[in-house]
Amino acid sequence: MTGPARQLTKYAAKLADAGLCAPGEPLLAALDAELSFSHAGDPRQPLAEEVIQGLGASALLLARPLGVCQAAMLALAREALATGVGSVTPGDCETRTFLHDLPVVDGLNAAGVIDALTRRKGCIILEDGRALIAAAGSVSPEQPFVTASSMAFACFVAYFAQHLRAVRTQTMTAARRAEFAAMRALLDQELARLPQAMPNLIPGPFADEDQARAAMTQAGRRVVEYGLVDSSFGNVSCRQMTPAGELLLISQTGSSLDELGGCIDPCRMDGASCAGLTASSELTAHRAIYDGEQTSATVRTILHGHPRFAVILSLDCQRLDCERQGQCHRACAMPRNVNDLHAGPDIPIVPGEVGTGPFGLCNTLPPAMQGKRGVIVYGHGLFTTGTSDFREAFATLLEVEHFCRAEYFRRVAELDR
Amino acid sequence: MFGWTGKILRVDVSTGASGMLPLSGELARAVLGGRGLGGYFLRDHATLPCDHPDLPLVIAAGPLTGTGSPASGRCHVTSRSPLTGAVGDASVGGSLGAELKRAGYDALVITGHAARPCGIEIDDATVRVTDATNLTGLPTPDVFTRLRASRPHGSLAATGPAAENGCRFATLLVDTHHSAARCGLGLVAGLKNLKYIGVRGGGEVRVADPAGLETAREDILRLANASPALMGQHGFANYGTASLFDLVDARRMMPTDNFARTHFAPAGGLNAHAYAQRYHPLRRGCNGCHVRCKRLSADGRPLPEYEAMSHFTALIGNELMELAMRANDYCACLGLDPVSAAVTLACHREITGDELAPDRVLALLLGMATGTGPAAELGRELGQGSVRYAASKGRPELSMSVKGLELPAYDPRGAYGLALAYAVSTQGGTHLRAYPLSHEILRKPVATDRFSFSGKARIIKGAEDMLAAADSLTACKYLFLAASLEEYARVYAAVTGIAATAQDLALAGERIVYQERLLNARNGFSAVHDDLPGRFFTEAGSSSPDIPVPPVPREDFLAARAAYYRIRGLDENGLPQRETAQRLALPWPQDTGAK
Repeated sequence: MTGPARQLTKYAAKLADAGLCAPGEPLLAALDAELSFSHAGDPRQPLAEEVIQGLGASALLLARPLGVCQAAMLALAREALATGVGSVTPGDCETRTFLHDLPVVDGLNAAGVIDALTRRKGCIILEDGRALIAAAGSVSPEQPFVTASSMAFACFVAYFAQHLRAVRTQTMTAARRAEFAAMRALLDQELARLPQAMPNLIPGPFADEDQARAAMTQAGRRVVEYGLVDSSFGNVSCRQMTPAGELLLISQTGSSLDELGGCIDPCRMDGASCAGLTASSELTAHRAIYDGEQTSATVRTILHGHPRFAVILSLDCQRLDCERQGQCHRACAMPRNVNDLHAGPDIPIVPGEVGTGPFGLCNTLPPAMQGKRGVIVYGHGLFTTGTSDFREAFATLLEVEHFCRAEYFRRVAELDR
Repeated sequence: MFGWTGKILRVDVSTGASGMLPLSGELARAVLGGRGLGGYFLRDHATLPCDHPDLPLVIAAGPLTGTGSPASGRCHVTSRSPLTGAVGDASVGGSLGAELKRAGYDALVITGHAARPCGIEIDDATVRVTDATNLTGLPTPDVFTRLRASRPHGSLAATGPAAENGCRFATLLVDTHHSAARCGLGLVAGLKNLKYIGVRGGGEVRVADPAGLETAREDILRLANASPALMGQHGFANYGTASLFDLVDARRMMPTDNFARTHFAPAGGLNAHAYAQRYHPLRRGCNGCHVRCKRLSADGRPLPEYEAMSHFTALIGNELMELAMRANDYCACLGLDPVSAAVTLACHREITGDELAPDRVLALLLGMATGTGPAAELGRELGQGSVRYAASKGRPELSMSVKGLELPAYDPRGAYGLALAYAVSTQGGTHLRAYPLSHEILRKPVATDRFSFSGKARIIKGAEDMLAAADSLTACKYLFLAASLEEYARVYAAVTGIAATAQDLALAGERIVYQERLLNARNGFSAVHDDLPGRFFTEAGSSSPDIPVPPVPREDFLAARAAYYRIRGLDENGLPQRETAQRLALPWPQDTGAK
């Protein structure tokens, strides 16, 4: 199999493995001098060819999401067309930072898809009462895969967050309530296939850099398997003493958490090298946690996932008349915690944008982590720490997500009586 | 007209006359500005020798220059390169572009040949050609100091001694520390007897939709803040482009000993951190940029950019940081392109075995620029560039250049997209036409296999188009490590009021690149020039246990280049085709009677 063909089948399979699409359903196309597809005989190939040639892109993906993602995307896209907005604008940080918004195309036609994809990286197509994702890339099939994965996550989060907002603002309708009940049933089915018990993770302290890397690779893979992050998001780090000095080992920017082999950067804690230039965009925040007044002596590992209900709950706010609405992601000044309304783990919620800058989470996350075992960044994800290895950090990630999911449905039930 | 001023200023330094040309909306939309506009004005004169009075030297801003668009304070300098004979151009920072726009001009087109060294002073509508005889022979800091005394405000551009003495890689410096460094554009000014340009504008650039611009600007800044390479702990904002030093060496692609090897053992002690410890640099940047990747030492000397930092150490076998610092400072003071200077020194070192002791390096740089000093004669030879020097010694294969432009500090054996990008660049040996390091090394927008040509032909073509648009809007290429034309299309629409998509801008970029291909073809460039020095196909780099660095596979390279030609709409010999030119609305040269 050639390089492009391998990539096409790999990313088609990854979408299916993540439960986002049926096996064999996603159609990926790559165009270099010649055009190639992830599989033969797909009736969408002529349209895909027209779109990829029309865009002059290197890669294109067409994929029909399954289950809750399908239902959420469909509902949001229909609403976007019905209201004339024409696009979906989820409030999570991935969308805000990288996708901006998701144009909706009414009907599967090449001209409409080309028009949408000249404006944005991905779009939603409504066709035969189903939602279809289209995404393009200028470099490789990994780009539309990442976009599709982000879109599925964003729409899931947006739908459930909107629902809670609707019950909080008492704008619920019977139709919406029925739709939500069906959605929950689908969700229960999907959750049933995810592992629940703690995995066996390599115990610490790690003997050497190689073992630390192996533990990071294993933890990253498990976080994906447990549905606590889509593979293209999140990051993981470990502080490790080596003969050459103390290192901060961290996953590289844009690396897939379930494929970290060869994608971990060694950053010297003494700062004497810039070889970590390709490290995760959250390196500054990780470093500040390892250097924190309380955390420096104890924290040895950090896990960062995007557990969906932790993110959804971070978007829920009782202050419906807050003057900073629309700026919550960077200017929320209210001390918040996932257990604000109900007993649960002590996990603060803080604002902060990806990376650095005046509103970067590097300014908000490290101070919030002092004395805590985890922190949620608004609309983004959950960071957890461990004192020796990844078992503690993973357990917190799992526990918080389980709590947030239960708390979400508790709030919906309580408010929508 | 929003964004553009709609006016082009023409100055003939032979007569001192100036005049105005209108910039039509149609032309503005077709070539955007900056590099695109430079190519447009070169179109009718592309084959003229570099000392011909009619050959234009074009300094062009873009529609985004002088607005709130992120990192858009740049302008583009274009002419025919006296070093290569091909299109010669360079993006340059500072505030020259913004001042030109505020003075009411989208571009300045300079022609003629002055009888004596002269300057051009522009204060809004007032334009005059001045006598600059008293500035000749001075190092550039002194030139700027003297000019500042009479022009305390606005932007200044000036050449150094290298441009006065025929060095083919002389630079044009802007606001003391920014340089249009490559292709010998300073010599084009020197051949016109043009010593400096001063521009001050009191107007404002009109923006169609200020609120839309602010939203689009925020989107780009958010992306930049999420970019490790730009704003991360080890990124350009903290260390300048010197950030790349450790990574490039770790990836085994640091050109060493005239590209004979790809790893420099002492590199760890010569990295950005070491410079920061020793020189306590101050952070500086271009007009309108928040990354601010320039660095000045506490004593006022510029810290070397990555390319100079690497080439003045690994490439010439130097382990002394202060020598690299001084060599870089010499280049700035004398008006030399440090990349071409260092590669030519390395070529000389390999041919002759001259070990280039510190004093020798500095003497040769002085000789290149001034033809004086203890190495005057050899310096003058080297000042003609590595191609002419190596050929004169009977060793043409040891010029590490493409189309006569010396290669920057990234070895193509370590990144095959880079190998292709070097080869097909209309400018010659530069990584900045397609910046494949973005995905091959820095993992953006996603990582690609750097030891494979798979998919690279289309990636390079697409990136060339994107960056041609960036150079023409203008926007700093480094911002494209985070943002893309998707975001800049929103900026463009907000500034100009013209609805546009990323594809529209990419099409303009494609037109701009093809225009350069047309110009180069008229000067005899074809597939034989779209190639790399033979060393890269026959000699292995410096492998490590986990990173083998074999020679670039020749057959794969040729296949990728052929694919690039097909995708670019060129023939098998790399030459433009009439139908592609028509599709891009470019005139076919034989139909226009161009010189």
